[in-house]
Parts: sequence; C-alpha cells; structure tokens
Amino acid sequence: MEIFFVLAFGVMIGVAAYLLMSRSVLRLILGLLVFSNAVNLSIFIAGRLGSNIPPLVAAGETTIAHSANPLPQALILTAIVISFALAAYIVVLFERAYHVLKTVDTDRMRSAEPRSIDDIDKESRE
Amino acid sequence: MQLLALVLASFLVTPLLVLLVRGGLSSLTAVLPAALFIGFAALLPQISGGAVVLESHQWISSLGLEFSLRLDGLALLFALLITGIGTLIFLYASRYMVGRADQPRFFAYLAMFMGAMLGAVLSDDLITLVVFWELTSLTSFMLIGYEPESEQSRRSAQQGLLMTVAGGLALLAGMIILGQAAGSFQIAEILAQGPAIADHPHAPAIIVLLAIGAFAKSAQAPLHSWLPNAMVAPTPVSAFLHSATMVKLGVYLLARFDPVFGAHAWWSVLLVCAGLLTMLTGTVLAMRETDLKRVLAYSTVVSLGTLVTLVGLPNEVAATAMVTFLLVHALYKACLFMIAGIIDHETGTRDASKLSGLVRAMPATAAVALMGGMSMAGLPPFVGFVGKELIYEAGLQSSWPWIPVGIGLLANACMVVVAGIVTVKCFFGPPGPAVGEGAHDPPLAMMLGPLMLSLLGLLFGVMPGLAAPLLGPAASSLTGQVVSPSLALWHGLTPMLLLSVLTLIVGVVAFWRWMPLREFLADRKWIETLGPDAGYDHLMSGLSRLALWQTGIVQSGSLRRYLAATFGVIAVASLATLVSQDGLAFPALDSTSFAPELVLPLLLVVASLAVLRANTFMKGIVAAGMVGFGVALVFLFRGAPDLAFTQFSVEALAVVILLAIVGHLPFHEQDPRGKSERRFDAIVATLFGSTAALILFAAVAGPFDEQLSDFFRAASVPQAHGRNLVNVIIVDFRALDTLGEITVLAVAALAAASVIACVRMESPQHEVSRARPDSLIFRVCGYVMLPAAITFSLFLLWRGHNEPGGGFVGGLIAAAGCAVYVLPRGRDTLKKLLRLSPRTIAGLGLLAAAASGIFGLVAGDPFLTHKWAFFESGLALGSALLFDIGVYLAVLGSVLTFLEYYLEA
Repeated sequence: MEIFFVLAFGVMIGVAAYLLMSRSVLRLILGLLVFSNAVNLSIFIAGRLGSNIPPLVAAGETTIAHSANPLPQALILTAIVISFALAAYIVVLFERAYHVLKTVDTDRMRSAEPRSIDDIDKESRE
Repeated sequence: MQLLALVLASFLVTPLLVLLVRGGLSSLTAVLPAALFIGFAALLPQISGGAVVLESHQWISSLGLEFSLRLDGLALLFALLITGIGTLIFLYASRYMVGRADQPRFFAYLAMFMGAMLGAVLSDDLITLVVFWELTSLTSFMLIGYEPESEQSRRSAQQGLLMTVAGGLALLAGMIILGQAAGSFQIAEILAQGPAIADHPHAPAIIVLLAIGAFAKSAQAPLHSWLPNAMVAPTPVSAFLHSATMVKLGVYLLARFDPVFGAHAWWSVLLVCAGLLTMLTGTVLAMRETDLKRVLAYSTVVSLGTLVTLVGLPNEVAATAMVTFLLVHALYKACLFMIAGIIDHETGTRDASKLSGLVRAMPATAAVALMGGMSMAGLPPFVGFVGKELIYEAGLQSSWPWIPVGIGLLANACMVVVAGIVTVKCFFGPPGPAVGEGAHDPPLAMMLGPLMLSLLGLLFGVMPGLAAPLLGPAASSLTGQVVSPSLALWHGLTPMLLLSVLTLIVGVVAFWRWMPLREFLADRKWIETLGPDAGYDHLMSGLSRLALWQTGIVQSGSLRRYLAATFGVIAVASLATLVSQDGLAFPALDSTSFAPELVLPLLLVVASLAVLRANTFMKGIVAAGMVGFGVALVFLFRGAPDLAFTQFSVEALAVVILLAIVGHLPFHEQDPRGKSERRFDAIVATLFGSTAALILFAAVAGPFDEQLSDFFRAASVPQAHGRNLVNVIIVDFRALDTLGEITVLAVAALAAASVIACVRMESPQHEVSRARPDSLIFRVCGYVMLPAAITFSLFLLWRGHNEPGGGFVGGLIAAAGCAVYVLPRGRDTLKKLLRLSPRTIAGLGLLAAAASGIFGLVAGDPFLTHKWAFFESGLALGSALLFDIGVYLAVLGSVLTFLEYYLEA
C-alpha cells in the first residue's frame, strides 16, 4: 500500500517544486504549503504504514502490543506546527514586500540584488 | 641554539623597538642588527675553515616536523650583508623618517623583514624557506604601501605583492615536487644527494617552478616591473629591501640549488637567457628615467640579471664572480640609494634633470657619493673594479663568450652612466634650479651609512684578500667543491682589462650625451604601452571584469534560478548516486496493497493538480487546503489521531490567515513565467519529484527495525506515566527537541513582530484601510466560539498525556477561537482580550517549558526529567503538564502574532 502513497508523494513534490519556482509570490506560497504537507507525509510513510491502531495504551494496561509507529508521529506533530509558523512568517514578509516594492514578481524585486552596476549607481544616487 | 636565537631575535625584539621609537630613541634600534651582525661575524672563522653549522629543533613532533637551520658560506655572506647593511639602514632611517607618521610601525616592519630574511637564508627545510620567503613578500608589501593614502603607493604595493606571491606559489609547488623527488625536505640532504636529483624525471618541472619563483622575487624580465614601481616606498626601504637584500633572495635560491641542478641543460639555459634578457631590458629602461630612485632601481634590475647569469654559467670563475659581485653591488647600491635619499631630503626633489652643482652646499655628501659612484662605475682602486673584471672573466670562459661579454659590456656601461647621473650630474656643474636655501650636509646618522659602505668598497678594492675568507666558502657553496678565489686588483694586461677600458669609454660617451639619449628613448612610447607594467594593468582589469561577469551568472538575483539550481542539483546528484550505487528498490505489491484507503492517494494527487491549475487565489488556497485535509485524513485512517487533529486545525488556520493577509495581492490567471521558462521548470520539477519518490521507495523497500517503537510502547506507562505514546514522546522522552521547536515558534513570532513594528513606525495612527470581515453572524459566532474553544483547548491540554490531545492541538484550537472572536472586531479587541502582547504569552510559554525541566535537575537527574506527585484520589500531577502548558502558550502566542499582523497592516 505504501507504493501508491509514495506515488502520490512524488506527484505532490513535483507540483510543489513547480509552484515554488514560479515568479509570482502567491503561487510560491501555495507551493510551500503543498511542499510541507508532502514532506510530513513522507516521514509518515517512512515509518511504515503497518497497523492502523492508534498508539494509545488502554486504561489499566501498561503496554500495547501492536499499534501504529508512534515515533514518526511525534516528529511530524512538531513539524506541522513549525512549518505553519514558517509559512505564516513568509506570508507576512511577502505582504510587506508587496506594500513596499509594489510587485509580486520575484524577478522584479531587485532592491537587494540589482541587475547590474548601473542599477547600483542609480540606487546610490536616489 | 645560537642560529635559532639569531633568527628569532628580530621577531622577539620588535615590541621593544616599538617602545624605543615611541620614546624618541629611534637610533637605538640599530643596536638590534648590530648585535646580530656581531653574532654572525663570530661564526666567520668556523665557516672560513670549511665547516657548515647545522642546527635542528623539534617543532611539531607529531608530524615529524623539525625547525632546522643551516649556515654555510653563502648563507653567512647573506646574513652579514643583511645585518650589516641593516644596522646602517636603521641608523639612517632614525633620522630620515623624522616627521613622518607612524614611525613605530615602520621600524617594526623593518625588523620583521630582517628576521624573515635571515630565516629564509638560514633555513634548512624547504617548506620553512617558503614560509620565510612569503613573509618577506608580506613585509615588503607593508613597507611599500607605507603611505596608503596615495594611490600610487597602493598600486605599487599590490603589484609587488601579487607578483612575488604568485612566484611564491610556483616556488611552493616546485619545492614540494623537489622534496618528493629527493625523498626529504631537508636542504642538507638534498645537497648531499647532489646531481643525482637532476636525473629525476620531474627535474625540468622543478627547475621551471623554482625559476619562476626566483625570477618574480628577483625582478627578472618579464617580471621586473614591480621593482621600479616599489620606489614609492621611503628611501630606507628602497635601500634595504629593494636593492641590497630582498630582491637578492631569488638569486640566493638559485645559488643554493646550483650544485644540484647546475649540470642540467635547462638550468643553465634558462638562467643565462633570463639574466641576459634582464640586463638588456634594465639597461634600456634605465636610460629613460630622470627620477634618481627609478634610475637606481633599473640599474638594480641590471645587476640582478648579471647575478642570475653568473649563477647560470657553469664555470668556477662564475661562482667567484657571483659572490664577489653580490658583495660589491650591495655595498655601492645601498650607499647610492642612501645618497639619493639625502638629496631628496635636503633639496626636496629627485629629478636628475633639475639637480646640479650640489657640491657647494653638501661637500661631504659629494665626496661619499663620488666614492660610491666610482665603485659602481668599476674604477680602480674600488672593489667594483674587481667585481667587473671577474664578470668579464667568467663571460669569456663560457661556451659562447661573445653574447654574455657583449651584453655585459652594455650593462656595465649603463652602470657607468647611472653612476655619473647620481654623482657627477647632481653634484658638479653649475648650480641647478633645485639647489635652494637650506641644503646642507645631513647629520651624522644619515651620513654614517653611505660613508662606511663606500669606505668598505675602497678597502676591499685595495686589499681584496680581506674578503677572501668570506667569499671563498660562499663560492664553494655555489659550486659544491672547495674554491679558493684569487682576488686581486691587478692581474696584468688581460682581455678583461681591455674590456674594462672599453666599458669606461662607452659609458663616458653615453653619459656625456645622456640628455639627448634619454629624451630619444623616453619618446619611444611603445616601450611603455607594450611593456609588462601595462600588461599587469590589463591583467588586473581583465580579472575584475571576469569576476563581475561570473558573479552575474551565478548570483543572478533571480529566486527562480536559485531554486531551479538547488532542485536540479539535488535531483541529479541523488539520482546518480542511487543508480550508480545500485540503490533502487521497490516494495512488494501484495494483496494488502489494494484497500479502500487507496482513495486517499488519489485525493491527494487530484488536489495537488488542482492547486497547479488554479486561476484565482481563492481556488488555489482551497485546493491547498484540500491537500492538507487529505493528509489529515491519511493520518486519521492510519492510526494517528493526534496528528489528524493538529493537521485539521493547522490547515483551517492556514487557510484563514493566508487569505486574510495576502488575499488582496494580485494573482495572475496565468503563471507569469514565459513558455520556455515553464517548460524548463516543469522538467526540473518532474525530475525532482521522481527522484524524491525513488528515494522514498528505496527507503520503504528495506526491512524496518521496530526497536525504538517497541521501547516506547513498553516504557511509556511505567516510566512516563502516560498512555498517549505520541504525547509522551513529545513531552517526556524527547522533551529537549520540543523545547527547541517551540523556541522556533517564538522566534518566528518575534520576526513577524519586527515587521509589525515597521508597520507601526510608518503610520502610527492609521486606520486599517482594508475592509474587515464584519457580519452579524460572524460576530455572534465569536461570542459562542471563543469560550467553547478555550474550554475545549484546556480540556485537550489536560487529557493529552493519556488520550489524544496535548499542548500543540490545544494551543491551535485556542488560537482559532481567539481568531474567530477578534477578526471582526479589530486589533484593540485583541489587546483587551489578552491583556498581554502575544509575544509575552509565547515567552511565558517558553519559560514554563524550561522551568518544568528544573524539577529533574533539583532531583539530581538530567534536565527535563519529569517528576510526578501521586495523590490518593488517583490523581497524578507531573512537571510534564507544566511543559505542555508551555507548549500551549507558545503556540497560542505565535499564531496570535500573525493574526496581529493582519490586524495592524
């Protein structure tokens, strides 16, 4: 069964990479969301999709015999929240960038990396 | 121990020198080189007897590296020259540099240079020699660029450094090959092996590399252009480094390895040709200049060419001629440089065309200058005559005598002319325009140097036998066999005498017609534009242009290109490794593979493609949300309830926050990339996606070791008192990880807060221009949802340790509730609701989480070992709850910061 999930993962990564390379900032954000979901999924798959019993010990017991793999779940839990924080921060930055630079095209956001020496001279004179 | 002390003394005493100069006692700095001179002179009897002093000290014993020093005739000659002339230079500089800025630094560099020079000539190890070699280049750079405000100084210093260091690089390569060919890096052992190394197949490479290094340092053509430009340095530097000592280091190197490679055809041909070419070049270029120092510099180039030629010539007389001329040249050149410095100091100009008739104002200087000039012109009874005769004798004994003799004639005639320019032209004749008021004989400190050097020139000329104990062993080092030189002033009527007379005639005629000759040559502009100096300029600007072009390609400034490069390289590298290392593997396809849950991967694929094809932002974000919910469903159906809750909450919040903050940005229907760009990106993306899938296939195909999971399943309840394994891992077993991760959340919140601060700074009182989602239903929902969400979140927090829940989910749900309440009401409501700023809440969360770890420390266990208190009612309270509360607060604070941004901007 992992085969099909891995195939879906491959498609998600491909789509995410394509969107991340977009020149429009908004498509980049969409790509980022898909990318982080895909990566979380990959950790889950790598932990093997064996049992689908939740890793919860029943009340009164001290152990559980078979369950889903708890370790990748713990890793993914924090990863989900952190990638959300990252995406939110990036969104804040892009919004501010739009406000200041008046463009959503990354190729036109040139204040940190001017296209040539002439641009640098222009900036320093402004 | 003695040699080591002599070498290291200059370095160790440098701080003391700095103090002396600061205290105004600059002339006392000459005590250092004087002491070193006496130290070396004490070794003279030993060396004259034919002995060689060897010293070896442990340096890095683990690598077997020793610091070994070797003193033989050649090294002693150099050492005495360095320290002797050094004494006079230090004394001279103490008066010359008065009034200049930053004198302590000057003397410090001078002392360090002297130490480096001594280390280079005394070094017995190839690599140590290279280290000291480069150190002399470095100190020379510092001294040439002594006045860095002047652009000429900077350019000359950089040119000198680049050329000598480039040579040093070639030298290092040559030394390494030599050391490996000889089987040892000790010079003593290499010399012991002698000509056997010349038969090694790598010998031509070694010779070429060593020659490049030596030629760069000793200003042989075409690498000579840095030496005249180095004359921008203060005169003591020019007299010391760039005439008498440092530039001769290359000659020393060639002389040192002459016994080894002397018989090799390449060696003599290369050295003689380069030397003769340099002599010619220097002669022609010297005639074009009027600046006294530049004229002397070019004559130094000629002399260096002579020395290199003499090293290359294989006969025994050449060896004697070389060491004699070394001594001779050092004596008169340093003397004349100091004279030029005195003239400059007293009259303010160095232009020979304007100087004339200074003898009336400076009679003593004129006398000393005349003595030095006569030695340079090769007139008896000065030692310059002895040296010149020996040069001609060596030339006559070579295979094709006419070439070295002919060029030698021209070169020596040039020396006559230069001597005439510096002495006769400047001092005698009618008073020229530059003789102003106040020109007078300089103080003793400045006069002592030239005086002693010229007197020594006279002494050694009249009684050349006095120098034999020093020059004999030096020449022996050159040839490898014992040489007893016959130095005498008068050898009888020999062809050499005839040549000397001829030289004098040519030189006097040339000097008599100097002005027209100089103008003729100076008008030949093509000499400059086609010369190596212009070549250097072209090279430097070409390099800059290349760097600019290359940077423009690699750092193009386009985010798309950077990402494409990153993805492409990762994909290609991983794919190549997978395929070449036979890592491709696929899991088996069996009956369990086909289950109703197959609809989930399909859902994910369809949702991803929907994101791709979205033509409005709303469609895009909803599709992205669908991807997220799809993943959440996977979690739910595959036994991960905690993850499913978290994923659902996060996805909902993400959709809301994203739409809120950037929903108003323009979203193009079509991707703004051009057609070819899209094709290229599609290829890269497909490659990247396939590689990722292949890697994951390979990972999943192998067997899985359940060890860790079994441990957690078994140890969770007994050790951590929790039945929710995932939460136990997060909060207890891997608590330090989680602490780091909530720190990341807090930092992201801080970063967003800094952007908020920017917004506030811009317009402190502005009203939010964008419309807020305000509807009655939304407002009323807020009243219900906020308390419900908070209660639910607290419930999840409490039960998280034993049932699905925990700090992460709790924090997210609380944040969602706050968001629903605050969004229609504005930022002031947020302030009133929380009373604290969201960052403070996040900070408190971090504090709580960290504090929960202290319980363990107090009990003597590692940090974050949770402690539990058990009550009779069955209630169990542990510091794990405090940690979870910390997580809850951190998540809440972070998410609310992003919300706050939306409300502010």
